[in-house]
Amino acid sequence: MNIDNFLSTLPIMGLGMLGIFIVTAVIILITMALNKLTAPKANEEKEES
Amino acid sequence: MEVIYQNALNIEWQQLVMWLIGGILIYLAIRRDMEPALLLPMGFGAILVNLPMSGAVTQIYEGATEIGILNILFDSGIANELFPLLLFIGIGAMIDFEPLLSNPKLMLFGAAAQFGIFFTLSMAALLGFQMNDAASIAIIGAADGPTSIFVANYLKSQYIGPIIVAAYSYMALVPIVQPPVIRLITTKKERLIRMPYSNVKISKLTKILFPIIVTIIAGIISPRSVALIGLLMFGNLIRECGVLNSLSDTAQKVLANLITLLLGITVAASMRAEAFLNLQTLMIMGLGLIAFVFDTIGGVMFAKVLNLFVKHKINPMIGAAGISAFPMSARVINKMGLAEDKHNFLLMHAVGTNVSGQIASVIAGGLILNFFS
Repeated sequence: MNIDNFLSTLPIMGLGMLGIFIVTAVIILITMALNKLTAPKANEEKEES
Repeated sequence: MEVIYQNALNIEWQQLVMWLIGGILIYLAIRRDMEPALLLPMGFGAILVNLPMSGAVTQIYEGATEIGILNILFDSGIANELFPLLLFIGIGAMIDFEPLLSNPKLMLFGAAAQFGIFFTLSMAALLGFQMNDAASIAIIGAADGPTSIFVANYLKSQYIGPIIVAAYSYMALVPIVQPPVIRLITTKKERLIRMPYSNVKISKLTKILFPIIVTIIAGIISPRSVALIGLLMFGNLIRECGVLNSLSDTAQKVLANLITLLLGITVAASMRAEAFLNLQTLMIMGLGLIAFVFDTIGGVMFAKVLNLFVKHKINPMIGAAGISAFPMSARVINKMGLAEDKHNFLLMHAVGTNVSGQIASVIAGGLILNFFS
């Protein structure tokens, strides 16, 4: 058992999960903005139907 | 006469064990239909490279080195990460991100379900693996073969063979691994939560811009992952652009099939008995299971925590689909939902979460490379 190695990975665990959530949050925000900006207008939808 | 049986005398018991392992992989591929495109070539390759003095791998004959075909393929397709990257173009072309784009918040579950990677990293470090090996083993939790190959190879792990076997085996075992874990950490009431699906219309422009933007963001934050995510998104852009249907079709079928055909048997070059049959391989198989279990726990528990704050409750089972094993995990969650309530259709939510896991696992792989290379 290598306790020192184990302890050295704990900050990496925190940083790694934080990093994934930050990148994901940025992608979510941009996707939501894209959806809003490129959503078909109400009259376009009517025309299509 | 001696020439005929001379080589048979070179057979060692370790090689016989590897033949047995190869046979088991072939059995699982054919009879159990578990990832047959990879497990069958790997199984056959495990036998091929463990024949005494096998000419398929590099050998020294009478003082002269003869390079084996599988070593040539390994050096030109895996050692430089070419095969996994090319395969990602095909995978990108296969993925429809629409369920995810309809409900982008699902991406949070993809992020949460990468917890198994980092938990396994700590466990592998605790067990005494060197940090580059521990990180490579941890990435089994990405539940994504090409990412595992890419990271393990990039970090020059000596355990690339067992890591790849574990990664693909557990992906195939998702229908067996995930359900008991999910049942253990959810209540029946939670599993019965219904989630209506609103079919939001996604514009073509969004579908085209999404892969480009994801590549830019992931590339800036985690530059080492940009080859992986970039080629995944390139494949998806070919699919969504609408003017390259023939290329998209080729990437999804011909390219993906060709690479898969060579990938399994090439990986087998690293399954020679002397490198494969050891305690570390057993530990890696165990750690791979831990990675998948804690991925599942991470996704489910995150959904349960979110439910404390949101008005429209989330069925926590969909959190488990945040692992990248696509589309097996989404199918498992949908099946579990229907088993609890035959009118509870979770498929679209699970698919959205599952493809988000594909993106998140590549980002996790990139972060691991940032930390350890």
